[in-house]
Amino acid sequence: MALLTLANSKSPLADTATQRTTLDALPLALSFAQATAHAGRAPLRARAVEILQVNVGKRCNQACHHCHVDAGPDRTEVMPDAVVDACLRFLERSGVSTLDITGGAPELHPRFREIVTRARAAGRHVIDRCNLTITQLPNYGYLPAFLAQHQVEVVASLPSFAARQTDAQRGEGVFDQSIAALRQFNAVGYGVEGSGLLLNLVTNPVGAFLPASQVALERDWKRELTRRFGISFNRLYTITNMPISRYLEFLVASGNLQAYMDKLVTAFNPATVDGLMCRTTLSVGWDGRLFDCDFNQMIELGVAASAPQTIVDASVEALAGRPIAVGRHCFGCTAGAGSSCGGTIASPG
Amino acid sequence: MDTYYHPKDLGHFADMGKEAPELWQKFLDWYTAVFKEGALTEREKALIALAVSHAVQCPYCIDAYSTSCLEKGSTPEQMTEAVHVASAIRGGASLVHGVQMRNHIAKVSM
Repeated sequence: MALLTLANSKSPLADTATQRTTLDALPLALSFAQATAHAGRAPLRARAVEILQVNVGKRCNQACHHCHVDAGPDRTEVMPDAVVDACLRFLERSGVSTLDITGGAPELHPRFREIVTRARAAGRHVIDRCNLTITQLPNYGYLPAFLAQHQVEVVASLPSFAARQTDAQRGEGVFDQSIAALRQFNAVGYGVEGSGLLLNLVTNPVGAFLPASQVALERDWKRELTRRFGISFNRLYTITNMPISRYLEFLVASGNLQAYMDKLVTAFNPATVDGLMCRTTLSVGWDGRLFDCDFNQMIELGVAASAPQTIVDASVEALAGRPIAVGRHCFGCTAGAGSSCGGTIASPG
Repeated sequence: MDTYYHPKDLGHFADMGKEAPELWQKFLDWYTAVFKEGALTEREKALIALAVSHAVQCPYCIDAYSTSCLEKGSTPEQMTEAVHVASAIRGGASLVHGVQMRNHIAKVSM
């Protein structure tokens, strides 16, 4: 069943300012700035950029219920050539070691293959955030072999090893297609011990609750995906759903918003603050604007005014030490064991 | 509508420590230790707790351990099977007392 994006359904929450005011209107025990101050880390500041995370556009062949990008087939935002060129220039002349390509479905970008090839030629580690089902579309079956050839790390979304939960979050039939894709990745060596080809899975909770222990869940998933489907993978990343965009819409519609935010605030873990991804990641929007993370990007909370505002003007030196822009959604990254694009951050507090 | 069991009351559980703080702390320490990973995983313990919650029909426990099971990574199918286990034991416990009934019948009958 095709799902509508907030943008296409004319939802009030398609407006990012409305998302922010919805969160700001809630009575919460403390602000995120207060929480980081209690942890002795206010204001939160960036360190040197280690990961350039480039969101090449909002087009996606899926429209998942929890999508923080509000991506979908009806979105038209695609990174233009000038911005792609600026991202590659930044990557090639900076010491930033990792390019993290995301979307939407990043593989839909017409220059996806060129971006991967040039980044790898420059000796950078490349991550492709893959929704798996893209590989099942006509003209995209080349992806597993292409990504393997360039030794790209694949970070693939799969909320559950059970079909019902996966399809409930990501759309009818997604689970079966995802399993087919994972088998194809395994067939070219991804997730196979000794191959050096990394296949990491990402799971977000299918509902208004926090993710399980990453270590315990990875153990269960390895057992179940092997037993049920003969699939192997390297790591499982658990990621907390951020209360923004389509997940925010779900929280509002289901009457879970206040309880979910209370849960995030109550579960604030000071031990996660040092490892927050915003401190070492530079996020680039499809239009070239800069953000401290992909979540800030989606609610249009830009980098500090004192820092360069676009990738065209960016330099590692000018971005280091900038104060991180924070909001109430940031409690999603500090709850329990913490959350980042690379999974949990710390032991639960 | 007023109700005898109110979901918000679970948030006041710690009030039980007000009149007997030492006992409350002992309970809390023990309870916390029980649910830590040991020979059983935290996920398995949450499933047991969910099943027992249904057996003792504690509405607070059912809410709490439904969430806990999901947060420990159990699927709704696994949780439903756990409730069936509790129900089977409850049903079986009634039925097996039929043996007591039969013993009594045998004792008093000709």
